[in-house]
Amino acid sequence: MSTDLGFWVLQMLNALQLSMLLFLLSVGLTVIFGLMHFVNLAHGSLYAFGAYVAASLSGAFGYWGGFVLAPLAVAALGAVLYFTLIRSMRRAGPMAQVLVTFGLIFVAVDATRLIWGDLPMGSAVPKTFEGQLALLGVQYPIYRLFIIGLGLTVLAALTLVLSRTQIGAMIRAGVDNDQMAACLGINVERMFMSVFVLGCALAGLAGAVAAPVLSVTPDMGLQILIPTLIVIVIGGLGSLKGAVVGSLIFGFVQTFGAVLLPTLNSVLIYALLAAVLVIRPEGLLPAKG
Amino acid sequence: MLDLADLSSGYGETQVLHGLTLRAEPGRVLAILGRNGAGKSTTLKTIMGLLPAKGGSVSFDGKTISGMTPFDIAKLGIAYVPETRDIFRSLSVRENLDLAARRFACPDGGWTVARVIELFPRLGERLNNGGDQLSGGEAQMLAIARGLLMNPRLLILDEPTEGLAPIIVKLIHDKLADLKHQGLSMVLVEQNFGFATSLADDVVVVSRGQVVWQGSPAAIRANKEVQHRWLGV
Ligand SMILES: Nc1ncnc2c1ncn2[C@@H]1O[C@H](COP(=O)(O)OP(=O)(O)O)[C@@H](O)[C@H]1O
Ligand SMILES: [Mg+2]
Repeated sequence: MSTDLGFWVLQMLNALQLSMLLFLLSVGLTVIFGLMHFVNLAHGSLYAFGAYVAASLSGAFGYWGGFVLAPLAVAALGAVLYFTLIRSMRRAGPMAQVLVTFGLIFVAVDATRLIWGDLPMGSAVPKTFEGQLALLGVQYPIYRLFIIGLGLTVLAALTLVLSRTQIGAMIRAGVDNDQMAACLGINVERMFMSVFVLGCALAGLAGAVAAPVLSVTPDMGLQILIPTLIVIVIGGLGSLKGAVVGSLIFGFVQTFGAVLLPTLNSVLIYALLAAVLVIRPEGLLPAKG
Repeated sequence: MLDLADLSSGYGETQVLHGLTLRAEPGRVLAILGRNGAGKSTTLKTIMGLLPAKGGSVSFDGKTISGMTPFDIAKLGIAYVPETRDIFRSLSVRENLDLAARRFACPDGGWTVARVIELFPRLGERLNNGGDQLSGGEAQMLAIARGLLMNPRLLILDEPTEGLAPIIVKLIHDKLADLKHQGLSMVLVEQNFGFATSLADDVVVVSRGQVVWQGSPAAIRANKEVQHRWLGV
């Protein structure tokens, strides 16, 4: 079967779709890390929260209601987190940050159990994107093409903002050297907050679009955390390009590994991670040269 | 205009400044001299709020600024040109300049990107270069230009000549002399004794985190003992 062109097209699309979902998650996490030197291990939980909000709102407001409201709800939660925990922990050192945000994961898992119960929740694909499309000889679900398109759109928008606008220049300056940025009159605290909240909103968006293709369960945030961390470590901390490259590598290795080398699949990505850490410990495209 | 009173500061457990007191007057250039490791850069970082003052105070135009963030201190009108220049490597030269220009534009007669390029024509040729593609001299010019674009009331420079070729040192000297004659207040930390004393109106010498001598440039140039004892000249 692996000589069939359709097979390759199908797997490529699957890989791209996984990559784009990972990109939506990892880009926020990596830029937040680049700016604030803060690892938010609960980033995956924000994604899960987004998926739950979208799935439960889709009943009343339809898919698009969830699509819009889930990122907003997660952004609001992110703002609460920022002002209650993150801001005061910025100077607490990496160990304390890891412990606290790791603890948050379990709080989040139990909170989702309490609110939404243990059973997986499903949500339907929007009417507009139901069905399949014939593409290069394969039938592919339109909704999954939409996820790919959405990821590429977000990537294009972020690239444009980061490389062409004053706000983008401020963020790059902050990633390079936040202290000097502050000395040049940039309100770095406000920028940290905005970027953190935007990163949360993107995680919520990822959850909302993933809800119809995955089963929404309390531990989905924990399951996505390791892939997201692998993406940003392979790609290089703090950089948009790194998040793109890391997501693509993870998506393709994972997808093709599963069909071509099923027995090795679970170790393949870790072997790659180890290789990157040995050869380029700072990742493939780190923000700082 | 800038008063440091009995200032103590340092890095974590290590105390570097032990009750340092000095004053910079408006419209004048104050040179801070001293051996390597005396605490000059630490003093400047504490002024900018990059290091917390553990004791004593920093005030600017009578307003206490110790305890404020670097962002607030910059807004009050102090521009800082650090020893490491700290050009943003991911930004082009133009973006480095714009960052300061957009925030501190000053309607009448203030510094603009066009004016700083007039001051340092070399930067005009490098506008589209990345911040990581500059020579040491160009990086220093950019760091000073960026500080000027903040239209500051006080410009603080940490060893602007460090590691530069003599011809660039001369250029930086002449430009700073122009700025001084235009009435810009400056605090200048320098290892280059001739450079510093030719620009300064007032001199303080720092050793082990305290001011050990103060006077005029002429007085320190004439005083071999002070030079030998505190500066190792
Ligand atoms: N980041 C730092 N952490 C700990 N100690 C430092 C640090 N930077 C400088 N020091 C120490 O503080 C003292 C004063 O340094 P500094 O202010 O940079 O001196 P100067 O600028 O006068 O050469 C030195 O003994 C130096 O070793
Ligand atoms: Mg120094």
